[in-house]
Amino acid sequence: MATATHAHPTAKTYWLIALFLGVVTAVEVAVPYIDALDPIRAVLLILLGSAKFAVVVAVFMHLRYDLKAYRFYFLIGLAGAIVVFAVVLASFRAF
Amino acid sequence: MVSEGAVVDHDFEDTGNPIHRVRKTAMWAFLGSEAFFFGAMISTFLLYRNTIGDGPGADIFNIPFTSASSFVLLMSSLTMVLADNSFQKGDQRQGRVWLIGTALLGTTFLAGQIFEFTEFVHEGLTISTSPFGSSFYMLTGFHGLHVAVGVLLLSMLVFFSLRGRYSPDSGMNVELVALYWHFVDIVWIVIFTVVYLLQI
Repeated sequence: MATATHAHPTAKTYWLIALFLGVVTAVEVAVPYIDALDPIRAVLLILLGSAKFAVVVAVFMHLRYDLKAYRFYFLIGLAGAIVVFAVVLASFRAF
Repeated sequence: MVSEGAVVDHDFEDTGNPIHRVRKTAMWAFLGSEAFFFGAMISTFLLYRNTIGDGPGADIFNIPFTSASSFVLLMSSLTMVLADNSFQKGDQRQGRVWLIGTALLGTTFLAGQIFEFTEFVHEGLTISTSPFGSSFYMLTGFHGLHVAVGVLLLSMLVFFSLRGRYSPDSGMNVELVALYWHFVDIVWIVIFTVVYLLQI
């Protein structure tokens, strides 16, 4: 049985995450201006944005360290958003 | 012993008050519903992104300027989490400094958005110009409204803390406001990618 002496992230961790977010944002901004990346531009931007999203939710919002129930509530909403997104775009043949 | 980063089913900032978990659960459920809401608005924007009529389209976006605004909002998440960290440790004075910093960064982002909207209107893109304009202003405008509400909440926290009326068990504590603020930030991460970067 795991004893709950779980360590919380420190201020240093938060600064490192912020540095990561800043660097990823800089890369995101550069991507559209690099012609060689055109074929994979959309995929690359979505991956970079998803990485930022995941890191903020996991570390800044503490979802990685917090009760699983909170994760459930948020993921239900997020899944709902993705379903709405897919259904609306599919309905209007926007894919 | 559980190392940092391990997944444990333990409330991150348990104050010992059972109401704490109820409020936090309610906040997460609220954020889940907000994700749904913004998901619908982003879908709407994508549907109409090419319906520009006689007005301008995504070519009027100023990516370097919006990137700077995005960076400001990202850094406000850092100051917010540092404020939360300080309040957890009982250091309200340091926490207030970070809260004020967060509010200022949020206000800077809003000022940038007002400037951007003003520029777009001068270039002929209004909310009634085209479906593209309507969906763009509705989406980014609602996000801006959320940022404004966040700045108001941050200001209230600073005020209550200064008056000695802040307690972790109080109605809208720093942790809950932090969750709201970070949510506003992640919504912008999606908007910045989908609405701006993928359209140029």
